[in-house]
Amino acid sequence: MTKMGRARTAKFLVAGPPLLFLIVFFLLPSLIMVLTSFRFPGEFGGLAPIAAPGESAHAEHGFTLEAYQFFFSDILYGEIFLKSFGVAAATTLICLIMAYPLALLIARSKKHLRNLMVLLVVLPFASNFLIRIYAWMIILGPESALSHFINAALGLLGIAPVTLLFSPFAVLVGMVYVHLPFMILPLYTNLEKHDPSLLDAAQDLGATGWQRFWRVTWPLSLPGVFSGSALVFIPVLGMFAVPDILGGTGDILIGNLIKDQFLGTRDWPFGSVLSIMLTLAVLGVAGLATWLARPATGQRAA
Amino acid sequence: MQHGTRWLWSAAILAYAFLYIPLAIVVMYSFNDSKLNAEWVGFTLFWYKALLNNKEMLMAARNSLIIALSASFSATLLGTMAGLAIHRYKLRVLPVLVFTPVAMPEILLGVSLLLFFLQVLNLTLGMVSIIIAHTTFCIGFVAIIVRARLQGMDESIFEAARDLGASPLQTFRLITLPLIMPAVVAGALMSFTLSIDDFVITFFTKGVGEPILPIQIYTMIKVAVTPEVNAISTLLMLLTLVMIIIAARLEARNTKAPGGEPGK
Amino acid sequence: MALLEIRNVTRRFGSYTAVDDVSISVEAGEFFTLLGPSGCGKTTLLRMIAGFDLPDSGQILLDGKDMVGTPPEKRPVHTVFQTYALFPHMTVTDNIAFPLKMAGKSPQEIEVRVRDALDDVRLSNFANRFPHELSGGQKQRVALARGLVNRPRLLLLDEPLGALDAKLREQMQIELINLQKEIGVTFVFVTHAQDEALALSHRIAVMNRGNVEQVDEPSKIYGFPQNRFVADFIGKISMIEARVVEAAPSHLKLDIGELGKITAAGKEGVKPGDKGVVAIRPEQVRISHPSDGAQLKNYFLGNVHDFLYIGDVTTYIVELSNGAHIEALLPNSAPGRATFFEVGDQVGVSWRHDAGIFLHD
Repeated sequence: MTKMGRARTAKFLVAGPPLLFLIVFFLLPSLIMVLTSFRFPGEFGGLAPIAAPGESAHAEHGFTLEAYQFFFSDILYGEIFLKSFGVAAATTLICLIMAYPLALLIARSKKHLRNLMVLLVVLPFASNFLIRIYAWMIILGPESALSHFINAALGLLGIAPVTLLFSPFAVLVGMVYVHLPFMILPLYTNLEKHDPSLLDAAQDLGATGWQRFWRVTWPLSLPGVFSGSALVFIPVLGMFAVPDILGGTGDILIGNLIKDQFLGTRDWPFGSVLSIMLTLAVLGVAGLATWLARPATGQRAA
Repeated sequence: MQHGTRWLWSAAILAYAFLYIPLAIVVMYSFNDSKLNAEWVGFTLFWYKALLNNKEMLMAARNSLIIALSASFSATLLGTMAGLAIHRYKLRVLPVLVFTPVAMPEILLGVSLLLFFLQVLNLTLGMVSIIIAHTTFCIGFVAIIVRARLQGMDESIFEAARDLGASPLQTFRLITLPLIMPAVVAGALMSFTLSIDDFVITFFTKGVGEPILPIQIYTMIKVAVTPEVNAISTLLMLLTLVMIIIAARLEARNTKAPGGEPGK
Repeated sequence: MALLEIRNVTRRFGSYTAVDDVSISVEAGEFFTLLGPSGCGKTTLLRMIAGFDLPDSGQILLDGKDMVGTPPEKRPVHTVFQTYALFPHMTVTDNIAFPLKMAGKSPQEIEVRVRDALDDVRLSNFANRFPHELSGGQKQRVALARGLVNRPRLLLLDEPLGALDAKLREQMQIELINLQKEIGVTFVFVTHAQDEALALSHRIAVMNRGNVEQVDEPSKIYGFPQNRFVADFIGKISMIEARVVEAAPSHLKLDIGELGKITAAGKEGVKPGDKGVVAIRPEQVRISHPSDGAQLKNYFLGNVHDFLYIGDVTTYIVELSNGAHIEALLPNSAPGRATFFEVGDQVGVSWRHDAGIFLHD
């Protein structure tokens, strides 16, 4: 075999199996989902057959845009999408504000301390995420110390007691808690690469502490900010467990809606439509983040 | 040290506290002699004993372990191949297929696999479907870790091996494999942890059959909250901690005879 | 028959020609250097000899047999890489033993030969160290030992001394020469440092933009460059526009415009009327006080425009009456005194009747 032929065989042998596996178990299912969005729901859930069934001539079959029409017909679904975007945006912002100081501190610490600090950030993340949500069930529960404390304080001000749990507030706290490490790590990775002499130069030229941050550190950290934001925003969009456990009946987001279609009402075509809408939203956000995180014109990527 | 560091430290401590206090509370109440997670009554191991007597919980743990081992094995195998291929060859399709499951919300993968298994493969949802699902999203993580390792190495090492008389197969066996082994092991550990902890994808692909650990926890949270949940949570956290310590130890050992450039 | 023969080798990358119809032959036992600036094609050529790249056309013959198409592991050619490429997970001993293992030698033979190799590069005490525990110079020597232990027909060295500091470089250069002489393996050495090439090689091939400009011994490359590129690339040189007036085998008479006429070394293929430059090495130009009068055949008056003091010598840049600049080298034989001449001083510059080299345009 020629040298070229041997190299090609090696390529197929190494790249082939994972490619095949992912085509079958990732690409194909995605295509099936797209296809499903164009079909009729079955009588008892699932899907109606594509080919015309023999007996029940009145049963629907074939392809249709019905599910899409259903999505666009009711403003409710658009509202839920909007709410999900809102929660994602709020979560991202809060995560950014909370993560930035910590990431900055880690980046500026000495090397061996840095690794330890990063490890301490990653550890809670490594625990089961249901546990992390559950923890807030305890903290925000009506019997908890925090609830007692806040309601006592509100009582002093003459305000009626509030339930912290099963509220939009609880959902937000849960979302932030689960996703905070995703914001810390990319930020830290970016900040670590900053050249400290830039800040020295700025100080030398008369910039105050705040100015040094705003005009040197912040702009340079933007690629990290955008990566971290994307890593928080996108999963939050699709999350259903947090609203499911910490939220009230009115707090459902896209993820809950999708889950209901597949495991509850079993309206698969509609569920697929929702999933496709979510996918488009995710692609949009990812594209925006990539475009925003590109290196400044005239500079080569680090 | 700049003047801003003082308030940086306080903000950072607050952040760390925010991260750890909730978990500490979970652990604390797992030893609480009270059915409610409200106030501290007394120390007890009752809930842990209850766990050990909970047949369904034990089944769930066993199933999750089997799934994690199987998924970790296949994901590590396929992910290592993917990482090698993406690093060495200019591929266009494979990188997209490998890295997208990592980036997108898990619910989309769960839902599409549900449809695929039921419609196309007519597969009864159970252990096999879960293992396949877990493998699919873990491949990307392994590939990322292996590729990062390869990118940090001096490329000429592989050419040097060929130059000195090693066939491509020998080069792989004697040079490539030993040098990427730390990354492969890290990938395996990561896949194992991700699989044991996974909730969303498992939720959609498990069907109605055997119990799986995260789903058990979910059911307990939604239906009847007892500190048994705290107990199993604490045990799971312990398991993850052990995995991370093992991974860190392996990483430290490999820095003694590193494969990469110093300082990388 | 030459050990290595490169015949009409061409290599293109898209519209860019890296190696353009190059033919070179290397004799057994030679220290042969490919010298040229970045992008001249020397590394591409080296990789084709090693087998990591295929020429688009041409042949590469080792001992008379064409190697093109043979994979690197089957060629009796080894390479010392720029980054040394030592296997990080193997000790120094295992690194050096590697080619012997690949060649299927017995463990006993391997042990003996590795020990001898370590002796040759004076690293016997480092046998069980790992590469990350070694200094740059030590890694360099391990890479050398590893490349030579198998006694290949040819050892290729890709800018191996580039990462070393000046003092270490000098040491390694001497070691390289001695090692090559002792072991007798043919070296093909790639570098962009012309002083290194001049010091180490038996013969040098100067390359530029994919072409071979000149192949010769170091003294001939330096003393008789065949074109402007070689003259300019090697060492320092002054060039003045000139036109041939008389051409004889022993000497040339050149018209250099306002300044008049000068003599230069005789050269073949030159006829009256030819246009070009006359090139003179700074050490051939004598600088003197005007009052001392004409020192050598070709003599002119000028003013010191600038000078460069580097400790042992000072290079003076003298501006002649027509604006041309000429460099003159003066050893600083009076200790402690920086320079003899100051900027603006009027001086005389002169050179031998045959010191100038005429180069066509």
